Amino acid sequence: MNCIVIDDELMSRMILKKVCEQVEGLKLVGEFSNAIQAIKFLNNNKVDAIFLDIHMPDFTGFDLIQTLKDPPKIVLTTSDRNFAVEAFEYDFVVDYIVKPIELKRFKKSVEKIIAAIEKENSVKPIKKDQPTDANTLYVNIDRRLVKIDIPSIYVVEAKGDYIKVKTEEKNYIVHSPLKKIEEKLPSESFLKVHRSYIINTNEIIDIEDNSVLIKQDVIPVSRSNRNELKRRLNLL
Amino acid sequence: MEQPNLLYINELSKGDEDFKKQVVAVLKEELSGEIENYFSHIKNRDLKKTKEIVHRIKHKMSILGLEKSYKITNEFENNLADNSIENKEYFENVLPVMLAFLKKL
Repeated sequence: MNCIVIDDELMSRMILKKVCEQVEGLKLVGEFSNAIQAIKFLNNNKVDAIFLDIHMPDFTGFDLIQTLKDPPKIVLTTSDRNFAVEAFEYDFVVDYIVKPIELKRFKKSVEKIIAAIEKENSVKPIKKDQPTDANTLYVNIDRRLVKIDIPSIYVVEAKGDYIKVKTEEKNYIVHSPLKKIEEKLPSESFLKVHRSYIINTNEIIDIEDNSVLIKQDVIPVSRSNRNELKRRLNLL
Repeated sequence: MEQPNLLYINELSKGDEDFKKQVVAVLKEELSGEIENYFSHIKNRDLKKTKEIVHRIKHKMSILGLEKSYKITNEFENNLADNSIENKEYFENVLPVMLAFLKKL
């Protein structure tokens, strides 16, 4: 069984590498200090398991697991006990280890991964094809085309070579320039308000001079886009 | 004041002295930088960044067997999320103890 480790702290990666070495049949094939590096690796390599830190800057462990369309088994590693409930909302999260990681506890996680893989191999779900429509956008994630309901998108954020598409249900990290998705989104609902942000104007809660509030996100608005944003609103 | 120990690192290294040396070297290098960043962020009242650094130092406390300090630091980290600095003093008192212990290794 092969696995990768994703953790922004060198110390944690060293410890995980050490415990991986001490489990027979477990092969560590990659270690990454951030989610983007790991996504690039996962686009070209199949792994059985990920030992994933939740608490990372920019892209958290939860951002990453929401991005993977066909995720391997995941064991979350963290210093926070507070996330346990949220962690098990995902079927493919098989365990949750609180740091510092001890070998005995780590071996138990590996056993859980093996059990989950064996269970999955014995029962394969049948997926139904779903029809396409004008409100649908397909994005390429992890070598799969993932369907996103366009009206559910409330923010798209540029992050280097990637974009983070935020929807009511989950977030997606997609390798694409912001301009490309801007062209695909209906201009009557979506507006680029900043060089790094496109927003769904139907979802705006309130507006200040330099920002808009959408859901719980405060999105900056460039001076050059402010007038166009105001023009679209039904101002009293 | 609770004192650090190497029980966890010894258990993990299983006699691998090179690994033990590497872990101690990384602890030394990272901790001093993190403490510097902590004092800079707290001075600027940037509690979000302070919380991030406290989180990293908290992990190092657990590696050094500082169980009580870990628990109090965990509370400090949660307090920072609520814009409170309760337990700051305790946390700051543990830092020189950690540094002094690592310096001796």
